[in-house]
Amino acid sequence: MTRRLVAWAAASLLVVLFVIAVAAVAIAPAMDGAAAPRPGQGGFAAGAFYALAAVTLGGAAFVALARNILYSAVGLLASLLGAGALYVLLSADFVAIVQLLVYVGGVMVLVLFAVMLTNKITEVNVSNRSFGLFGGLLLFVAMAPVLVAVALLAPWRARPPGPMEPTTAAIGDALLTRWLLPFEVASLVLLATLVGAVVIARKELKAD
Amino acid sequence: MTITLAHYLVVGALLFALGLVTVSTRRNAVGVLMGVELILNGANVNFVAFERFGNGLVGGHVFALFVIVLAAAEAAVGLAIVLALFQTSKSIDVRQADLLRE
Repeated sequence: MTRRLVAWAAASLLVVLFVIAVAAVAIAPAMDGAAAPRPGQGGFAAGAFYALAAVTLGGAAFVALARNILYSAVGLLASLLGAGALYVLLSADFVAIVQLLVYVGGVMVLVLFAVMLTNKITEVNVSNRSFGLFGGLLLFVAMAPVLVAVALLAPWRARPPGPMEPTTAAIGDALLTRWLLPFEVASLVLLATLVGAVVIARKELKAD
Repeated sequence: MTITLAHYLVVGALLFALGLVTVSTRRNAVGVLMGVELILNGANVNFVAFERFGNGLVGGHVFALFVIVLAAAEAAVGLAIVLALFQTSKSIDVRQADLLRE
């Protein structure tokens, strides 16, 4: 019972964080006009970034560490929501919405379906001797510092970001002009995926 | 306290590392697919962050959109394969999926 309460509290906290981030970063400056502080500069944006990064990475760690695959799915949900909110902070509104629609609405449902349809719900990771938690920790310790050091020390020629602007129209233009060929190829890939997933997942039809 | 490009790159790097750990330690095939999703999300955070702190156009956004499309396709086919595997061998433990070896 308490576990269920904790789960509900965590879920509602996630939703509230997301709504606050969207409201504060995307909507409030648009309504206040020029009087608003530049997004990405104020202390609130920094706090929002740290909170959302914590949600994203905490969810990811939960995916990596939880024994039960169903808890892993919930962690993945938190991580994807946090990443979507980070896109909002990065002034990528269209990508954030697509992340919500495709990942949270589509991929997560697929994953949960797969978890429920295969009856080995409890994770078998406990007695994984060959490459278990220790190996995973070793891999993390070996790789994460390298990547973080590259991110921190490399001389990125970063410019100060401009004001936040809606990107949907520009993305639409770009998709139909410069990236037209990849766009069409992506539609073919999706068609092949649709057919292929049905062919793979259906039950075997007996040849006569 | 200004949030710079490096902050987002660190988030992306840690997402990638955690996803790789998930992929390599899980024995449940669905868990492996979740790790792949984490890896792709780490890459996406980097794309969008570089676009924001780079020339500020939409190239990175478009690339992130294509990554999302391919991730959705990968999830659909991957989970179909998991279901087919479960139908054949009654288990989705990736270490028991060695039908082709014998």
